[in-house]
Amino acid sequence: MDLGETAVKARAFSYFRAATIDHALDAHARAGDDARFIAGGQSLVPALSLRLQAPRLMIDITHIDELRGVRREGGHLRIGALTRHCEMLSEPLIAEFAPLLHAAAPFVAHPAIRNRGTFGGSVALADPASEFPAMTLALDAEIEIAGPSGRRRVRADDFFIDLFETALQPGELITAIYVPLFRADQRFAFDELARRRGDYALVGCGILATFAGERIHDIRISYLSVGNTPTRVRGAEATLVGSRLDAVRIAAAQAALEGDLAPPESDEVPPAMRLHLARVLLGRLLGRLGEAA
Amino acid sequence: MTAPLTSLDRPNSYIGRSVPRPNAKRLLAGRGRYVSDLRLPRMLYAAFLRSPHAHAKIVSISTEQARAVEGVHLVATGVDLAKICTPWTGTLDHFKGMTSAPQWPLPVDRVVWAGQAVVAVVAESRAIAEDALELIEVDYEDLPVVVDIDSAREAGGALINPGSVNNTCFRSQLDNGTVDDAFAHAAHVVEEEFTFGRHTAVTLEPRAIVADYDPADGALTVHHGTQTPYQFQDLYSRHYNIPEARVRVIATDIGGSFGMKLHVYHEDMAVVGLSILLGRPVKYVADRMESFVSDIHARDHRVRARMALDAEGEILAMEVEDLTAIGAFSTYPRTSVVEGNQVIRLMGAPYRFKNYRATLEVIFQNKVQTSQYRAVGHPIACAVTERLVDMAAAKLRLDPFAIRAQNVIPDDAYPQTSPTGYRFEALSHQACLTRLHEMMDYDGLRAKQADLRKRGIYRGIGIATFVEITNPSPAFYGVGGARISSQDGAILNLTPSGEVRCLISVTEQGQGTEAIISQIVADQLGLAQDHVKVITGDTEVTPHGGATWACRGAGIGGETALQATRALKRNILEIAALILQEQPSALDIVDGQVVDTATRNQRIPISEIARIAYFRSDTLPPGTQAQLTVSHHFAPQGYPFAFTNGIQGCLLEVDVETGLIRLLKHFIVEDCGRVINPMLVDEQLRGGIVQGLGAALFEECRYSDTGQLVNGSLADYLVPMPMEMPDIVIGHVETPTADTELGAKGVGEAGTAAASACVLNAVNDALAPFGATINSIPITPMKVLTALKRF
Ligand SMILES: Cc1cc2nc3c(=O)[nH]c(=O)nc-3n(C[C@H](O)[C@H](O)[C@H](O)COP(=O)(O)OP(=O)(O)OC[C@H]3O[C@@H](n4cnc5c(N)ncnc54)[C@H](O)[C@@H]3O)c2cc1C
Repeated sequence: MDLGETAVKARAFSYFRAATIDHALDAHARAGDDARFIAGGQSLVPALSLRLQAPRLMIDITHIDELRGVRREGGHLRIGALTRHCEMLSEPLIAEFAPLLHAAAPFVAHPAIRNRGTFGGSVALADPASEFPAMTLALDAEIEIAGPSGRRRVRADDFFIDLFETALQPGELITAIYVPLFRADQRFAFDELARRRGDYALVGCGILATFAGERIHDIRISYLSVGNTPTRVRGAEATLVGSRLDAVRIAAAQAALEGDLAPPESDEVPPAMRLHLARVLLGRLLGRLGEAA
Repeated sequence: MTAPLTSLDRPNSYIGRSVPRPNAKRLLAGRGRYVSDLRLPRMLYAAFLRSPHAHAKIVSISTEQARAVEGVHLVATGVDLAKICTPWTGTLDHFKGMTSAPQWPLPVDRVVWAGQAVVAVVAESRAIAEDALELIEVDYEDLPVVVDIDSAREAGGALINPGSVNNTCFRSQLDNGTVDDAFAHAAHVVEEEFTFGRHTAVTLEPRAIVADYDPADGALTVHHGTQTPYQFQDLYSRHYNIPEARVRVIATDIGGSFGMKLHVYHEDMAVVGLSILLGRPVKYVADRMESFVSDIHARDHRVRARMALDAEGEILAMEVEDLTAIGAFSTYPRTSVVEGNQVIRLMGAPYRFKNYRATLEVIFQNKVQTSQYRAVGHPIACAVTERLVDMAAAKLRLDPFAIRAQNVIPDDAYPQTSPTGYRFEALSHQACLTRLHEMMDYDGLRAKQADLRKRGIYRGIGIATFVEITNPSPAFYGVGGARISSQDGAILNLTPSGEVRCLISVTEQGQGTEAIISQIVADQLGLAQDHVKVITGDTEVTPHGGATWACRGAGIGGETALQATRALKRNILEIAALILQEQPSALDIVDGQVVDTATRNQRIPISEIARIAYFRSDTLPPGTQAQLTVSHHFAPQGYPFAFTNGIQGCLLEVDVETGLIRLLKHFIVEDCGRVINPMLVDEQLRGGIVQGLGAALFEECRYSDTGQLVNGSLADYLVPMPMEMPDIVIGHVETPTADTELGAKGVGEAGTAAASACVLNAVNDALAPFGATINSIPITPMKVLTALKRF
């Protein structure tokens, strides 16, 4: 297609390629609110094309070295914000120390999108139907933020506030996500229900459980596509802590979801149906977790 | 039939052979010439402001700011374009009593669906045009919106067209035999209400048009991504009052159409007018969101149907009520009632019963128009009939194969007339049923199904027989007053080097029309296929014809090419006979050489004949005028349509906890008459099936209560993707039509015709142990879980 002439959809904007975090923050501050950081562009560009967003300035952060790389730092894996979805699949450190992200990655969109989309971008956007933001909750990850007033780390539990609303303030940048290293006494499971492979899921769920022998010592269960934010189901988690994963416990956890979830109205997936699907998925994942011993 | 057309062992016997499409390499190499890619000198770009309301009065439009934007050349409203373009009405005379309001390129006083184009901006780039759109202010006054079928039919409810008495576009009835009597005496009656959602074509290349009016010549050239350049030549000429000879429509490569690009679109008509107003080329390419709200949609039917059977399972009668909503206008020039008309006429088509009654009611509503899209009406007629047959089989404890075998018209009983009055020359339901049964390993599948059920795995097996309408005669549109040809024309000539050029009116949309035409020409002349060049899609060059739609390219276009080639061959042999001092009948052509018919000895290459005829006519006997260019037209005669038939089978698995359906395998046995290129036929079947599977499980244009399309993007409108598609196993039965020498019928719609019916039957088969049923398409997880009462 004759892209230059016939398919231009976005409103005209200025472009700035930042070399450092300070550059990027500075440029944003100078443009007031009328700027956007662009990473993989896999959510932002469609929004521009639909003219849902029309910022005056686009700040390209993909050349900032400090935002790259995956490495161990103490008890955490530091995953740079620019780590692409496809690297979640190919990076050995992730497979070893954050296997839940590795397991969720194939469900994120399609290869072309995974080649560009970034972890930081996904978490910053906080789409409740996205896999990775929900997994940061299951993983008890910390999000590192750089802003005009310095750096801070926010726990995933405190990061997601409402629909597309996070602890991130305008002009702030996610630099990295810190994930506690996966341990031998832990098990994980991820799956989702989607009508087509690669679609945003009807319901998705990731679990990270720490076992003491056959008993669950600690468990974090996080859902996507069930509400305005990625959602931890604390009621279901509580029914499982301290017990074995038997059919009775699994049924109790499934029943507890009713108190944990309040799915939104939708003509294709009414709340009761979504709750039902969430229960089915939980049953299947806990079953797998039990078998994984 | 004369000489056999498929003796594959002789040279140049291309008919029946899987030869690759000559244009495939070019397209794969990125050398396609699509209208989307076209860039003409001084070309400008159009963009359209669209209505946010499904029904509203246009109070005022203020365009001053948009006009002032640098790079904007024209801002035009409906009133501006109505001054140069006459309105059109989407009715046809043979649909008695049909109504539809007049349409203009852009609305003059009212918008009738959300997404309707209202104002056009033409600028030096699409980006500038879109920026300018944002500066246009339209003041609307809301009018009551009519969205669903029931409120559209409410007495005293809101009207879509002021001045009309109701929202009815068309009603029709059929009543054959003694229906009441049959139902009164039936041992069994099955009855159901079915719903079929709207879906749309989603072509890879959206609609694209470049109109280029030259005021100096008074001539209009339109580069148009369409199947039917001749139809548009006629329409542009008549509505813009330009002599037909000065209107040229060029339809080169096109990224998919499926019937969607047959129709007049408001934007396309507007672009022609914009070019006339500006005297410059103007381009418009729909983007995906515009496609969703302005391309035709299809289906949207609610059907109540019942079937009567005797105690042995013999079908006695069917009664059908089809209610369909088509949007605010009937589409021009083919109308929006053809689908409903075909729904009620294709019901029960494979079966022997004679008592049939149907009513059709076509309603207006505030949505984008529906119209002809691949397999017009077939999937609905097929799903309703075949589901009722399965319901009857269940009631009578008959196997689905057995009840069909008992009721189909026997292969040796033709000619026959369908319960609805269609005349069938020769079909092969019995042969197809037998073949499918083996091909599926039906008994094996049933055994496995029973086994898996014990383990809580619910597989479903579904079959569906179908009949497809192909090779339409003037009975389709011509009799209704539409200037849509059912004949085709070809011009063939032998070049001075002894190659052949064939200009033909059928067009190519990626299905391989050009390939099969070159196969037929090469086969019939006796020439290597790569010495045949086929040229299509330019009204200035190719003869007038129907082009490609409704499965007519091979059956009618192919026969045109065949007859034209035979005429050229006669002329070549006449000259050869003079040169060789032989009788023409003693000569033949094989592989570009004139040979003795009897001995096959080579006598003279046809290139030599061409050389002599073109450059040394002085050496030919006095009075000889070699005619190495022939033109030939062919209009179908005999049966008004060449019907084809077949049967499909489907194996799937329903996850009864999640409602998700996995398609495991799909089967088809199909009879399209003479197969010209088995590979292309198989591609047509596969592609058609995939579109049918999309309809069955995924595709639906969903609207809000206020008439807004809520899933108008590819993120929300689900098209079938490779991961969800099963392997498709194909078998053929060949029953050529005797109406033509070639014997070919159509095949483009067969896959789509029955795929969704087959899935519907298979899903119901899978759910049978739960006593749950589904009679609505698409079959979504919600419908499955609702049927299973899981939430
Ligand atoms: C067809 C399609 C299907 C998709 N399917 C899925 C799916 O199934 N699951 C899924 O999870 N996602 C899906 N996506 C979205 C995709 O994963 C996006 O890539 C991701 O959500 C955003 O990452 P990005 O790097 O592309 O961000 P961008 O699009 O560049 O930016 C997104 C937003 O985040 C901000 N941002 C980006 N990086 C940072 C940062 N470091 N700090 C602060 N703000 C930042 C931007 O300013 C912008 O507001 C799909 C996308 C497409 C086009």
